[in-house]
Amino acid sequence: MSMFGLMWANLFRKRTRTVLTLLSVTIAFLLFMMLRGVAGAFTGGGFNMVGTDRLVVAPKYSIVDPLPVSQQQQIANVAGVDAVTHSNWFGGQYVDPKNFFPKFPVVPREHFDLYSELKIDPEQLDAFARTRTGAVASRDLAEKFAWQIGDVIPIMGDIYAMDDGTRLWEFQLVGIFDYPDGEPTRNLFLLNYQYFTEAVESWAKDTVGRWTVRLSEPDRAEEIARNIDDLFENSQNPTRTATEDEYSRQFAKQLGDIGLITTMIMGAVFFTIILLTGNTMTQALRERIPELAVLKTLGFTDTGVSLLVLGEALLLCVAGGLTGIALAFAMLFAVGDTLEAVLGRFEYTAASVAAAVGLAFLIGLVIGGVPAMTARRLTIVDALRAR
Amino acid sequence: MTEIVKCTDVEKRFVKGKETVEVLTGINLSILEQNFVALMGPSGSGKTTLLNLIGGLDHPSAGSIEVGGQNLNDMTDKALARWRSEHVGFIFQFYNLLPVLTAQRNVELPLLLTNLSRKQRHENAAVALEIVGLADRARHKPGELSGGQQQRVAIARALVADPKLLVCDEPTGDLDRETADEILGLLEVLNRDHGKTIVMVTHDPKAAMHASKTLYMDKGKLVEEVTA
Repeated sequence: MSMFGLMWANLFRKRTRTVLTLLSVTIAFLLFMMLRGVAGAFTGGGFNMVGTDRLVVAPKYSIVDPLPVSQQQQIANVAGVDAVTHSNWFGGQYVDPKNFFPKFPVVPREHFDLYSELKIDPEQLDAFARTRTGAVASRDLAEKFAWQIGDVIPIMGDIYAMDDGTRLWEFQLVGIFDYPDGEPTRNLFLLNYQYFTEAVESWAKDTVGRWTVRLSEPDRAEEIARNIDDLFENSQNPTRTATEDEYSRQFAKQLGDIGLITTMIMGAVFFTIILLTGNTMTQALRERIPELAVLKTLGFTDTGVSLLVLGEALLLCVAGGLTGIALAFAMLFAVGDTLEAVLGRFEYTAASVAAAVGLAFLIGLVIGGVPAMTARRLTIVDALRAR
Repeated sequence: MTEIVKCTDVEKRFVKGKETVEVLTGINLSILEQNFVALMGPSGSGKTTLLNLIGGLDHPSAGSIEVGGQNLNDMTDKALARWRSEHVGFIFQFYNLLPVLTAQRNVELPLLLTNLSRKQRHENAAVALEIVGLADRARHKPGELSGGQQQRVAIARALVADPKLLVCDEPTGDLDRETADEILGLLEVLNRDHGKTIVMVTHDPKAAMHASKTLYMDKGKLVEEVTA
């Protein structure tokens, strides 16, 4: 037997109580890791590419309102606008609903001209522009599903059906593009707008979801945005224009709120855990006062006995924490794809793991501190008499 | 034989609120090595308090206590703890075994404070259990043992670090007559064959008959000494 063995044996004095406490700590840390993963998905970069010289023109009232493609020329004519392109949120499912990834009909050359940071082979871009049913995918996405150029990618439309009523769209993969080095990569599938607008059911023809505008004079971004919105202010399709930076800031603000919410949830969870586990440890200590006195009688020092008690609390919290972390990784393995489909990305960083382990130690110290001090102050004669 | 315990003008007082209770007054006592001494007296006479002082579990309010030539008064709590682990074995009325540990591990407990290897600790504990006749119960937890067997395990635990002095507080107080005699017989063997000095508090005159010397206490004082 070792000191660790002694701690472990003491911990399981009341097996049910310890297992339940361990379980609650485990669940708390599982929750911690999952919430860190969720927060990371939002704060680690969403779907937006941020350019300093780009504006986003979206429907004023709701992102689901379509905008007419006829707005393009009007926007292009606004002073200070260098180029305009558009995209639609296509929705749809690839084979299985959990295989989520964003899909946008775009005008190939316009899109890769405006998002010049995306890298694509010129021949593949030509093929994309030429091929009516052509599509291109980000490298991550292509690798995820082991797509090869030439593959036919079936997408079951959930927002858009084809003009003949069928919902099965088939696209031919003609290219694979890359994100800039050092940028977070994401899953993205771009299809040819020309095919989309010709094939889609009539209500959606010649409509777009949003415009992306490149400015020739980025310093005048606010004025140009206002001028664009003024163009459509009294039309059936009013717009709301902002810089990508502003979009990003708004998004980040929401992310900040998510961070706050997750922090508050975790705060409440860990506060409860500290109360519950602390109560358990205190109760366990009360039951063992004569035994601790016996240990002191046998020659264990005051410090030795208090460290033993503190060690038990640490062992409980760290064991629960590590089990929670392990479970979180097991869940990532089991449902990570689904979570990634919903959130864009979902992963646990080394910082999250380190934070969880650190927190487990901290909670162990907090809940074990008072019982350890009580054990330290115990006088042998009084404690033995308490039997 | 040399003197192993020497108490000189020992006093012990407890303060309870505004009241001071004199528990021991003017205790002068000498116990020789390999003696088997019984401490008898009515409840509240100070037997256990004196035993605790001899075992280094408490400090006297006045006077001095020397055990094995070392003055316990001068020791810090930490030094006293170390001294206890090396020089004294304790046997209690209610055995005071750790219920979560097997007999083997209970006996190993004092050895955790030594530099012995895990293997050596295990072997020493096995020998101690062999001496008390419980080698076949090594893997049993206290709850699976009878009172007598638990007390044997407690004796093995007291023995395992090979101390010269065993202090026993009513070691048979919770046992039936037959089992009590077995335990007392075992203590006699430890005294006679293994050279252990034993100081035993008891209410039981029959238990005291196993000792070589009986000291009687009353109202905190030693009042009589009878040598067998």
